[in-house]
Amino acid sequence: MKRSAEFALATMAALYAGAMAAPALAAWEPVRPVEFIVPAGTGGGADQMARTIQGIVTKHNLMKQPMVVINKSGGAGGEGFLDLKASGGNPHKIIITLSNLFTTPLATGIPFSWKDLTPVAMLALDEFVLWVNAEQPFKTTKDFIAAVKAAPAGTMKMGGTGSKQEDQIITVAIEKAAGVRFTYIPYKGGGEVAVQLVGNHVESTVNNPIEAVAQWRGGKLRPLCVFDAKPMAYDEPIADGKSWKDIPSCKSQGLDIEYLMLRGIFMSPRATKDQVEYYVDLFKKVRATPEWLDFMKSGAFNTTFLTGADYAKWVEIEEKRHETLMKDAGFLATGN
Amino acid sequence: MEELANLFQGFAIALQPFNIMVMVLGIVLGVVIGVLPGLGGANGVAILLPLTFSMPPTSAIIMLSCIYWGALFGGAITSILFNIPGEPWSVATTFDGYPMAQQGKAGEALTAAFTSSFVGALFAVVMITLVAPLVASFALRFGPAEKFAVYFLAFCSFVGLSKEPPFKTIAAMMMGFALAAVGLDSITGQLRLTFGFTEMLNGFDFLIAVIGLFGIGEILLTMEEGLSFRGGKAKINLRVVVQTWKELPAYWMTSLRSCLIGCWMGITPAGATPASFMSYGIAKRMSKKGNNFGKGEIEGVVAPETAAHAAGTAALLPMLSLGVPGSPTAAVLLGGLLIWGLQPGPMLFVEQKEFVWGLIASMYLGNLVGLIVVLTCVPIFAAILRIPFSIIAPLILVLCAIGAYSVHSSTFDVILMLVFGVIGYLLKKCNYPLAPLVLAIVLGDKAEEAFRQSLLGSQGSLGIFFSNALVSTIMILGLIALFWSVIQQGYTRLRGATA
Repeated sequence: MKRSAEFALATMAALYAGAMAAPALAAWEPVRPVEFIVPAGTGGGADQMARTIQGIVTKHNLMKQPMVVINKSGGAGGEGFLDLKASGGNPHKIIITLSNLFTTPLATGIPFSWKDLTPVAMLALDEFVLWVNAEQPFKTTKDFIAAVKAAPAGTMKMGGTGSKQEDQIITVAIEKAAGVRFTYIPYKGGGEVAVQLVGNHVESTVNNPIEAVAQWRGGKLRPLCVFDAKPMAYDEPIADGKSWKDIPSCKSQGLDIEYLMLRGIFMSPRATKDQVEYYVDLFKKVRATPEWLDFMKSGAFNTTFLTGADYAKWVEIEEKRHETLMKDAGFLATGN
Repeated sequence: MEELANLFQGFAIALQPFNIMVMVLGIVLGVVIGVLPGLGGANGVAILLPLTFSMPPTSAIIMLSCIYWGALFGGAITSILFNIPGEPWSVATTFDGYPMAQQGKAGEALTAAFTSSFVGALFAVVMITLVAPLVASFALRFGPAEKFAVYFLAFCSFVGLSKEPPFKTIAAMMMGFALAAVGLDSITGQLRLTFGFTEMLNGFDFLIAVIGLFGIGEILLTMEEGLSFRGGKAKINLRVVVQTWKELPAYWMTSLRSCLIGCWMGITPAGATPASFMSYGIAKRMSKKGNNFGKGEIEGVVAPETAAHAAGTAALLPMLSLGVPGSPTAAVLLGGLLIWGLQPGPMLFVEQKEFVWGLIASMYLGNLVGLIVVLTCVPIFAAILRIPFSIIAPLILVLCAIGAYSVHSSTFDVILMLVFGVIGYLLKKCNYPLAPLVLAIVLGDKAEEAFRQSLLGSQGSLGIFFSNALVSTIMILGLIALFWSVIQQGYTRLRGATA
């Protein structure tokens, strides 16, 4: 034990010396453990990403203070966002976001907007794929949409995570674009949704790649199209010699829908420039590790990285888009 | 046979000195986590997850799963000694475990709990070893309707248990349902019953309610009764373990039944909590000593503990083979697997043989190690009850407060816990049973969600609950359990008429 403590001290000293050598980057540093809030439950996509980051930070000693992941999932993530909003001036709190950054305030009317927080960085964008059970006869998006059209309205079930969140927004968009009607059934988590599809309890889902990849490899599910402008970049074969890259974009299949989910970092209100820079730098280091690259590959993430004004602008446009999408779908909270 | 060869290879991996060390460490940490109410297995595993990133994946998962076993064992300790369930699935253990402790039989109760846990887990592991692929596909047949049917069965097998007037039972249960409804309505995505308080977004967490209702309520009651702590006479030597073991084989039927209930609940995945409640309810019905349940019957400890542990173990199977966690702790473990680059799912058993069988072997060994660790500590745990109440009560209060705080890191929860404590005290004074209330808080929102998901899918037709053989069977079993006492009465009367 003593040995390892000495070792830890030595590494910390070395790191400290390293940090001193680059004073421009180390103008501010955490002096207490950093709370990394996840506004979603354990085991979900955001949680997995946060815990991967925590693991990378710990393994590579990227921070002198420990990073602690805390799930605050109440009220569709509202609990986490409000907690951060109330921690103004506390630079030891950061949060990872998913689309509920926009959808939760819009759907529930809780007093929160992303503008209450300080944007740090966009880490990646999560893709959405239209999945069906591999036993079903539909081989292409066109087959599937034709089948939904032929069935009596509302008898085809679409499973998804949460209510009035990204999965249901995409479902409504498909309904509008193709002139069909699904019955949307909300579940708690993405993994559960994928298994409900394997068990034929729903006819289709719009799972993120990481939620459904295991079932695809096992030959249980079939991807039809990806809700992005172009196919995903990863060309390593996953199942039947097919890779993520071989999944066509939905647009090319006659479903003109694009939807990507933000996996980004915000920090508490009133953060100084130094503090934001510290975290931007930290996440740059995280993104350079082999573990992160592996994680990106396993989930077929879109690895766009944005910071500063670019990031804030992206979030602003995305917020407007969500407002329109949710208004059209009739998902806005009464009184908004 | 191939499975057996794989398993022995797995034992070889699990028995490496480093892995054995990791195992013991995991068990001890797990017991500590289980003892602290509120911290819970899921939080504990999540906190300790980063510790394991520098280990090889097999050692890491062995450590984490041992923390999981340790927490399962540990949850029983505070339930029996102080009437504070450390984990949701330990609630049913308090019903007979705590009265036993009050009668000076804490050692017996603890031994029975630990041994039953071990038996339940062992049964589930054997099942995983032998029929893993078969069982995994069974889990796929569970859609929302089937899940609701399982919850329905859990409620029904529990109704009518208490000796209090049925209306008090129903009132307590309805109060539980109302509390469970607070927070986000997961089907519509709207907040309900929060009255604009942001603290209420999360609803009433079960753990906070239980720590308050049971723990604080019990302290208030004891204070009223003149600060006497009735567990003082507890025998504190290891002989109690052997004596209890002699008694246990008599309950083999209860054990077997509880094992089966537990495995089934773990795989489906309804989880360990309904398993423990259901198993307790059915044991009470079936046992010759059923009327003594709740007064300190050892069988009332055996039944829920066996089922909870069997379910907790079986819950790992759908996680590994389908990627669906059967419990919150399993969900965190799942996150860990992904970080180590292991993709749970149908291919894991094929592609990562060494890992899977190493894990299964460690389930056997981890449970054995856990049993030895906790059994040797039985006298120490029982001796805690000899400490005068005036010293132990403040400690329990502090422990409860830390537990309540650590659930969501929120001070509001500590206040809420105290409020629940007063409510628990008042309910007990007025002879309202707490068990139905707790059951409704734990399973109420899940049952509601499954019910509404089913109706969405069936476009509002209740026929979905009788649409196939599986769901109909479970529903009919539930109805039989609900009307059991009526059926029994009718039967007796009929026999009386013919005689």
